[in-house]
Amino acid sequence: MTADGALRFAPRLTLLLMAGPVIAGLAGTLRPAFEADGMARLLDWPGLARAVALSLGTGIASTLLSLAIALGLVAALQGGRLFTLILRLLSPLLAVPHAAAALGLAFLLAPSGWIARALSPWATGWTQPPDLLILNDPAGLALTAGLVLKEVPFLLLILIAALPQADAPRRLMLMASLGYGRVAGWMLSVLPAVWPQMRPAVYAVLAYSMTAVDMAIVLGPALPPTLSAQLVLWMTSPDLSIHPVAAAGALVQLGLVLAALALLRCAETGLARLGCRLALTGRRQIWADRWLAPLAAGAGLLVVLLMAGSMAGLALWSFAGPWVFPDALPQRLELDAWARAAPGLGPAALETVLLAALSAALATGLVLACLEAESRFGLKPGGGALWLLWLPLIMPQVAFLPGLAELGLRTGVEGSTGAVAAAHLVFVLPYVFLSLAAPWRAWDPRIAVAGAALGATPGRIFWRLRLPMLLRPVLTAAAVGFAVSVGQYLPTLLIGGGRVTTLTTEAVALSSGGNRRIIGTFAMLQLALPLLAFALALALPAALFRNRAGMRPGA
Amino acid sequence: MSGLVLDRLEVRAKGKLIVALDAVVKPGGVLTIMGPSGSGKSTALAAIIGTLGPEFSLSGRLILDGRDITGLPTRARGVGLLFQDDVLFPHLSVGGNLAFALPAALRGRKARRAAVEAALAKAGLAGFADRDPATLSGGERARVALMRTLLAEPRALLLDEPFSRLDAGLRDRIRAFVLDLIRAERIPAVLVTHQADDAEAAGGRILDPLGRPVPPGT
Repeated sequence: MTADGALRFAPRLTLLLMAGPVIAGLAGTLRPAFEADGMARLLDWPGLARAVALSLGTGIASTLLSLAIALGLVAALQGGRLFTLILRLLSPLLAVPHAAAALGLAFLLAPSGWIARALSPWATGWTQPPDLLILNDPAGLALTAGLVLKEVPFLLLILIAALPQADAPRRLMLMASLGYGRVAGWMLSVLPAVWPQMRPAVYAVLAYSMTAVDMAIVLGPALPPTLSAQLVLWMTSPDLSIHPVAAAGALVQLGLVLAALALLRCAETGLARLGCRLALTGRRQIWADRWLAPLAAGAGLLVVLLMAGSMAGLALWSFAGPWVFPDALPQRLELDAWARAAPGLGPAALETVLLAALSAALATGLVLACLEAESRFGLKPGGGALWLLWLPLIMPQVAFLPGLAELGLRTGVEGSTGAVAAAHLVFVLPYVFLSLAAPWRAWDPRIAVAGAALGATPGRIFWRLRLPMLLRPVLTAAAVGFAVSVGQYLPTLLIGGGRVTTLTTEAVALSSGGNRRIIGTFAMLQLALPLLAFALALALPAALFRNRAGMRPGA
Repeated sequence: MSGLVLDRLEVRAKGKLIVALDAVVKPGGVLTIMGPSGSGKSTALAAIIGTLGPEFSLSGRLILDGRDITGLPTRARGVGLLFQDDVLFPHLSVGGNLAFALPAALRGRKARRAAVEAALAKAGLAGFADRDPATLSGGERARVALMRTLLAEPRALLLDEPFSRLDAGLRDRIRAFVLDLIRAERIPAVLVTHQADDAEAAGGRILDPLGRPVPPGT
């Protein structure tokens, strides 16, 4: 009976563990903003206008671009062979941590990077790296590109997950039979049905893109950097007198994100109205298919190519022997960099795995308890719970993590692995829940009835029937959580107080030094860990149920 | 008194009467509930097995072998269920499916294995214990499902159109196999179906979900 009571409490506990730190941290961060004339000093900072413009510009541009590519791919190509190919290539990219993607892209785009080397000297005439500011450009174009590479796979998968509820095939058939073009038919009949479900994801992408710190440090401009990157510089500065300025900046950053979200909300309403008016004109818009399909396919393939090139570049640099400009490839491959990096790599990798395993296991357990409580007690999560779930992903990290770190400092847990794992949990939980909820709820309820009719208790049905039957999605969700934890930069940096070093914090810290071989080793390992987790999540159920045809994917 | 009694069992949804059954099913006898889809058959079934949703209100009693089971959860009712599809557990072997149903009171690996083997032999499936259920034919799966239901030692059986997915030749054989077992084991059974030949083969009373006798041949 007590176990039953604990299970009933699981959803509330989970929401508390997610929303509690966000709200407490927010209060803790913003309080000093009103002390020691932090706001006045912030307004005196000459870089403010530029930092604000960068945050808004890169965030909004990358969000709109990623959204356009994801929507274009689905609207113009879904169901076709090219779409399946692009999807299959993009899905694994979701596991690539932001920092690794940024570092890989930096290796590709830099004046001495792989693209310049591949084109030199035969096409460009360069025998030395040109003095061009391609990377860390003042307009933030490289940063925008990096953000787009990371967000397109995310939005695409969210969009595809939302499609089944939209009854897309029948709607499209109907629109086609009325003579509408494919893209117009999709935009007018399917998008309105999917949008409410992908809305929180789009908000999260916008908020994240405006405030990403690790990507901004690697790819963004330096003087001034984006507002969030500058805030982190201030927050981690040993000069304590600058902290009120950082707090004031966090308040501004929060206001900017909320304003951008409000702007997006207005744009949604406006576009919806425009769409309705467009639908009433009865124009079939067949022209859109002709240019949108190749455009979307081209953009999708470009994302795949750039990401693949980035990852390959990281790997190549980590094994590169002598490699002078403009050779396209190193003279030979060697393990020197790995040997030199090993003393740092080992402990950082261990810490990364420990944090990721802890937070992913805890999150998976909590989410399973929530979902089981939902089906056992017939609970129906309301819309409010769904938004609370997205809260940690939509609230800018720089706005609540410093307050949380301060809280950790005061209670003495700052800098401990446990505290960092708890901070990771805040971001891991939503992703694990989003990944597991749909397959868990889609389980055939007759299995439970059959079990109960055979006399099985709810506990036996959970452990012996539902959990083993759903082992693959459960492990996949755990792997998603693992990957999310591996990618965490700011929570590790701030809650760890500089004493918890992971592959991610180390790779970003090294990025300014410019030793590509060493950076390559850290980024490679950072990339390999999530892939390993996903491989395990697929291999384990496949091995366990190798003699069960009914347990194969798609069976 | 042994057998299953539906004592003025009534189910309403938003005040509308959907199920009204008042009947006694003797051990080895079969009561058939017949009607087209949407007539309340599945609601009647859910009421007997104990899976009615909160939108329904139930009155009357279910008495099984003298025990009032109306308020009991599904697992404590002692009512076995055969689905339209076999609903075998896909992650367990054929033997694992059967062992899942065996009462925990039967202890020891050997004894449990022997009970599973005996049940398989009875169904003409000797040596199937380690097979993957997905590799079985439709008829074999149906027989495994029935044996699984019986191994839980139910005091009554509920049959939810268990023959409708089988093709014609197989159907008669499986139906005869199930009905013979019900008679041999002296279990009261309720058959829910929309097919007249199932109802006739069962040989008992035929009612619609509102308790009105259905004349043979309709």
